[in-house]
Amino acid sequence: MNLTLKIWRQKDSNTKGQMVDYKVNDISEHMSFLEMMDVLNEQLVNSGEEPVAFDHDCREGICGMCSLYINGEAHGPDRAITTCQLHMRMFKDGDTITIEPWRAKAFPVIKDLVVDRTAFERIQQAGGYISVNTSGNTQDANAIPISKHAADEAMDAAACIGCGACVATCKNSSAMLFVGAKVSQYALLPQGQIEAADRVRNMVEQMDAEGFGNCTNTGACEVECPKGISLDTIARMNRELMKANLK
Amino acid sequence: MSVLNSKVPKGSIKDKWTTYKDKIDLVNPANKRHIDVIVVGTGLAGGSAAATLAELGYNVKAFCYQDSPRRAHSIAAQGGINAAKNYQGDGDSTYRLFYDTVKGGDYRSREANVYRLAEVSANIIDQCVAQGVPFARDYGGLLDNRSFGGVLVSRTFYAKGQTGQQLLLGAYSAMNRQIARGKIQMYNRHEMLDVVKVDGKARGIIARDLITGKIERHSAHAVVIASGGYGNVYFLSTNAMGSNATAAWKIHKKGAFFANPCYTQIHPTCIPRSGDYQSKLTLMSESLRNDGRIWVPKNMDDVIAIREGRKKPTELSEDERDYYLERRYPAFGNLVPRDVASRAAKERCDAGYGVNATGEAVYLDFAAAIERYGKEQAKIHNIQNPSKEKITELGEAIVEAKYGNLFQMYEKIVDQNPYKTPMMIYPAVHYTMGGVWVDYNLMTTIPGCYCIGEANFSDHGANRLGASALMQGLADGYFVLPYTIGDYLSDDIRTGPIPTDTKEFDDVEKEVNDRINFFMNNKGTKSVDYFHKKLGKIMWDKAGMSRNAQGLKEAMAEIKAIREEFWKDVKVPGSANEMNPELEKAGRVADFLELGELFAKDALMREESCGGHFREESAEEDGPQKGEAKRDDKNFAFVAAWEHKGEPANAVLHKEELEFKDIELKQRSYK
Amino acid sequence: MSGFFKSSIGRKVAMALSAFFLMFFLIIHLAVNITSLFSVELFNQLSHFMGTNPLIQLALQPVLIFGVVFHFVMGFVLEIKNKNARQISYAKNNGAANSTWISRNMIYSGLVILAFLVLHFIDFWFPEMKVKYIEGDMTGMIAGTQEFRYFDELQHKFLEPWRVGAYVLAFVFLALHLLHGFTSAFQSMGSTAGRKKALQTFGKIYAYAIPLGFIIIAVWHHFNHL
Repeated sequence: MNLTLKIWRQKDSNTKGQMVDYKVNDISEHMSFLEMMDVLNEQLVNSGEEPVAFDHDCREGICGMCSLYINGEAHGPDRAITTCQLHMRMFKDGDTITIEPWRAKAFPVIKDLVVDRTAFERIQQAGGYISVNTSGNTQDANAIPISKHAADEAMDAAACIGCGACVATCKNSSAMLFVGAKVSQYALLPQGQIEAADRVRNMVEQMDAEGFGNCTNTGACEVECPKGISLDTIARMNRELMKANLK
Repeated sequence: MSVLNSKVPKGSIKDKWTTYKDKIDLVNPANKRHIDVIVVGTGLAGGSAAATLAELGYNVKAFCYQDSPRRAHSIAAQGGINAAKNYQGDGDSTYRLFYDTVKGGDYRSREANVYRLAEVSANIIDQCVAQGVPFARDYGGLLDNRSFGGVLVSRTFYAKGQTGQQLLLGAYSAMNRQIARGKIQMYNRHEMLDVVKVDGKARGIIARDLITGKIERHSAHAVVIASGGYGNVYFLSTNAMGSNATAAWKIHKKGAFFANPCYTQIHPTCIPRSGDYQSKLTLMSESLRNDGRIWVPKNMDDVIAIREGRKKPTELSEDERDYYLERRYPAFGNLVPRDVASRAAKERCDAGYGVNATGEAVYLDFAAAIERYGKEQAKIHNIQNPSKEKITELGEAIVEAKYGNLFQMYEKIVDQNPYKTPMMIYPAVHYTMGGVWVDYNLMTTIPGCYCIGEANFSDHGANRLGASALMQGLADGYFVLPYTIGDYLSDDIRTGPIPTDTKEFDDVEKEVNDRINFFMNNKGTKSVDYFHKKLGKIMWDKAGMSRNAQGLKEAMAEIKAIREEFWKDVKVPGSANEMNPELEKAGRVADFLELGELFAKDALMREESCGGHFREESAEEDGPQKGEAKRDDKNFAFVAAWEHKGEPANAVLHKEELEFKDIELKQRSYK
Repeated sequence: MSGFFKSSIGRKVAMALSAFFLMFFLIIHLAVNITSLFSVELFNQLSHFMGTNPLIQLALQPVLIFGVVFHFVMGFVLEIKNKNARQISYAKNNGAANSTWISRNMIYSGLVILAFLVLHFIDFWFPEMKVKYIEGDMTGMIAGTQEFRYFDELQHKFLEPWRVGAYVLAFVFLALHLLHGFTSAFQSMGSTAGRKKALQTFGKIYAYAIPLGFIIIAVWHHFNHL
């Protein structure tokens, strides 16, 4: 198929960017979206132009590196996948595809479609861990039984890949699904209880300091999340924060 | 005597590690504050090492090329992590894990290292649970296990199909805690481009800030390389796009020996290639082989009919199917080790029985498992005379609970529903057992330079068993390196900070800058990928699942020729002082073009078949094992450690003889 | 605790708390007004009680006003902050793919309701305040008679079709606002996943029933003028 691409080009964080049109031809429907981008870049390199910078790494939907706002949706029109798993069979010959970087004040553009997501790092550093040293003599892994239900629910929350699609999608650029997922994972496990109050307070404080917006429960993040993280994680985080402050 | 000193402690294998740890030199807590350690790579090995070293009190500088440590490719490991916990009471023990690993590695690993790995494996699970890793549990609240290829017990712990992700997030959370305390300085989007030696010791690195292009000097008292494997030398592999060998290769060129480069694991269950544009291959967890049955049609007519779309695989009766693994290996069936399963698939496809358009695919069929589980569930739920539909429905629910995310991933990529029609799979390059040579302390032949995880040659011999990579990465990072490094650093408590304004740093920085400037000014005509793809094709065709002397010699010559063309004609757009992914790739591919040749040289030297390395000249000629790999313990029971001498072709071989005192060397048989 | 209400989640909770209060008030308001459909006397008595009871007038009324003002001001503050969190907007954004129009546009349904409240205050509340606290007439009687004025005033207001139309339109927007707002408030308060379904159903019933009740009252009085 032949496509027109409208892509955001921006030299670096200090330069203004703009949308630029490109054409790519003979794209196979079996290609992944990023392979289509590879074709474009090969084309640009061969014609002496600078290729489009975009983040990607594992190309199997787990590292969370790839981003891209495709035709007005984070990770494009398909559900429960990352951009690297999006296939060209979702598009038709002659389509025009608009490709933009994640947009949020807390995610400044570094170059073209690459954004800086280190705000997520700082949130995790504020409390996204259980304080346990590596000693080799922590208690046996089976010493504390954990109900299958809680373990499974913790796993569902822990499946977050930190891609930032929730922020990109949210009309408020809110990071609450990301933070809610991490808070929930630990809140559901007995190991996480001890530091629960400080954790949620510190992580929320850092989240606010990074300039993310507030959640207005539109639920868009849940729909666009490649890992299907539930809105319930946000409710749990709210509960955890209230609990932490009522103590 | 060999220049290689493995420093394996004396004593019985069961006590070596404990006794050694008791006697190892330690650095006191006050002094650790004055010692810096650089860790390159933040996967399971690097991440866990950085966190643990920081907990101990060292000042850690950690580097990763991704925008977050959490994105290292350990995250993609799906199936699980082994540990000799014997929670299932099926007779597992440290010895049995040790035995299975040595046997699985086709007796080409260092006994003492493997025993230590098995020994600390149980601690890993305890540690991870304490960190909040949500391993799968049974209804009693206790940890669940599954079984993996090549073993007879269930010792694999898992977190859905995302075990690597969860373990890495555990290590990452431990890192975050130390970053917050200021004990780890994290350098995201930085790539190590060379190591700096001072008086023969590794004392720092030169790194490039991938956002600004700035070349930076970082010094430390020790340098730990945890940069993963070199599977991307094949261009197509299950590795991440950015996975590269540059850090490991650069230390090799500065004096670290590179061991067994030819040991590559070709994983049997990957989604087949669909076209030339393909940028990477996607793995489907080996755990699928627990429930999936692998087959191709018995009759060529059916193969052709399926390829032409005239027949569906589900229309073939049992008699018309060749379950070739069950046929050839009745004892292990679909659960033979990876190397065996991969070669068997290749054998069938080479014989013309491949089931997709490219002729490179076999079926992995869940119909039998769905039926079995369905009937079991019907019994559990007391459903009398369940209909076929009901059984399928119940069975699919169980299969979904076990592998749902993998099935979904498959459907998204291939656009076929694997609940209704068998999956298509084909082997793909997955893991490299070879790597930088290290001694028992995990130190390379450069003093003060360590190498851990997949980047070292370590514990898996010639073939790695499923769910062992995660185990090794975390064992090295959490429980081995943080102790053994003390032995070396205890001499450095009075050294003080290492200055970076010295001639040694000047020289290496100049080398790095010269190379970058070359790329920027070369103005060739061909993109980096052009060369990478060419290299990958040679590697796959001539140094892939099976190898012969003729092909390997050709490969060496051809790779050398591509390398020369690369340095003449490569084209890198943009500038050096900005984010420039093409420039990053150029540096990495330049290193692969050298490594590939050494790889072929190593494979050529090893005139035996062992593990992932299958030499066509060395196969059993008759008897029940006819056609199977033939190992040559008399002549090749050694680690091949290569010393760099200018060109890869001139590398000098050093042998570390492997002694097996606690395990009898046997022909691997999974029949 | 004061830090809590400065946090993003604290603000959400504050929004939700004020919403709960306002949603409760809507029930009371409707309950009183609905009596006007079948009993003039009951309606007058209840209105008089509400209008003259010191507890309601001097304690609850200021709280209510505060609640209304708070909900609006906080709504605007959050809207501005949230807008600010994305400084360059998307060239192409397909919001409909993942969320309802109303959930993304609470500020607009809110603005319509605010405009309505201005009209509503001019219609009822300001005259009430004038009569009771400026003129000092706390009797609730039509001047010079022994009859309560409340029902008459109510019916009088719904004589003009434009006003009835305006009220109906405002109530439609109130329904839209509640359709998202009801479950959203519970979600903000951290309601558990197990209650989700029930809350959604109840939320829908509430969001349709309350505005519909008001609409019926307005329309009924327009067409059934005594």
